[in-house]
Amino acid sequence: MPLTKLPDAEAQCAELAELIRPQLQANTLLVGIHSGGAWIARRLNELLGLGGKIGLIDVSFYRDDFGAKGLHPQIKPTSIPFDVEGKSLILVDDVLYTGRTTRAAINELFDYGRPACIKLAVLADRGGRELPICAQFCTWHPELDLTEEIVLEPDAAGRLQWRRADHD
Amino acid sequence: MTNPAQTYPLHHNPQLNADGELTHLLSIDGLPREALTNILDIASSFLEVSDRDVKKVPLLRGKSVFNLFFENSTRTRTTFEIAAKRLSADVINLDVARSSTAKGETLLDTIDNLVAMHADMFVVRHAASGAPYLIVDHLRRIGRSDVHVVNAGDGRHAHPTQGLLDMYAIRHYKKDFSSLRVAIVGDILHSRVARSDIHALTTLGVAEVRAVGPQTLLPAAIERMGVQVCHSLQDGLCDCDVVIMLRLQNERMNGTLLPSAREYFQCYGLTPAMLALAKPDAIVMHPGPMNRGVEIDSRVADGPQAVILPQVTFGIAVRMAVMSILAGN
Repeated sequence: MPLTKLPDAEAQCAELAELIRPQLQANTLLVGIHSGGAWIARRLNELLGLGGKIGLIDVSFYRDDFGAKGLHPQIKPTSIPFDVEGKSLILVDDVLYTGRTTRAAINELFDYGRPACIKLAVLADRGGRELPICAQFCTWHPELDLTEEIVLEPDAAGRLQWRRADHD
Repeated sequence: MTNPAQTYPLHHNPQLNADGELTHLLSIDGLPREALTNILDIASSFLEVSDRDVKKVPLLRGKSVFNLFFENSTRTRTTFEIAAKRLSADVINLDVARSSTAKGETLLDTIDNLVAMHADMFVVRHAASGAPYLIVDHLRRIGRSDVHVVNAGDGRHAHPTQGLLDMYAIRHYKKDFSSLRVAIVGDILHSRVARSDIHALTTLGVAEVRAVGPQTLLPAAIERMGVQVCHSLQDGLCDCDVVIMLRLQNERMNGTLLPSAREYFQCYGLTPAMLALAKPDAIVMHPGPMNRGVEIDSRVADGPQAVILPQVTFGIAVRMAVMSILAGN
């Protein structure tokens, strides 16, 4: 059944922060996956009062479909402004689907060092996994058809919101 | 996936595939501004890879890149090798001068043999202008256009990755091209770097490009490339934002083109006094290797306005970008 109403993404960010809060450790750091995960990671960093720097990751150089699709046109630099060695990292993304982006992000993080652990926080888990990956923190499990797509983006005022972007 | 930024109209440009995507890099001439900007943007993402613990990304894992240098080069060959290795490719350096070519094998026979060894990409430097085009045409005729070719300098014609890394350096320090005055100084006649820089600068829309040098070292009708000709270094440097010095090859000194290295330095050597004619924040570039005391004074080469060593670092990121774009198309 198609989704009729999309939830408030800002409220979901607040909810996600509360899911994470009990498990925060002194060495917890956030790493957002471009672009949606980067926006959410910035929100979480404020809501959780972590204060420190957050990591931003673009997995284009680690994707498994480079051979078929080539380089993604809008690459952003990865920026991990802290030593990941021994840290508890929380990887943040907007939608968890096949798990391939998460796989690529984990591989990329390990090229910076050996974290103590990596957990995954997402606003939406739409199922359809092709790899043994799951989110430890998730606020929404939408049931979507293969042709249905949801995209997170900021509106003119900078508030995060969901948009339908279905395809054939 | 067809990326709009990498898709160009087809007009028999041998650098493009049937979908209009960049599949070989032979020359900057004929590439639109978006193509150049796209390469520079992607290079900026690669710059960070060289600062990591593990200086590698897996994009070209399992691919074989052959460095085919029919002409000597240290910097360009090494930076191509580093770039390919940071993309996780296997790199094979052929010492062509001492191998089969010296025994009489033709260029295209060498290519056929390397294709039979499952080459995925050739990085080619050759003294003959057009040699990489010959290879691309040959690969097309044998139905192996999936093997990519990067021109690493062909004769006097082009050195597109040097042109791109020069643009990267200019954009890094000056941000915007549109208001810039750029002086290219020296032996433009024999310089493939100058040609690639001129094509790139005019494509990216700088305000003014000046070709500065003695009459004997400027190509006839160079104005047609959209540059201003200056025979005096003073005029050429006045109020400019970027100074690109070219190497004066020693062998030119023995001929009739120039009286002597000393006299050349008197007229065209970049000294601190000469550089003072440019804008105070002008940057000084040089593709290397430098001849100190011939085209450039050591006080300038080692001075605060020189960005000659950052150019080398940018060159690795730009070559990573070029190789990964080609390999993905």
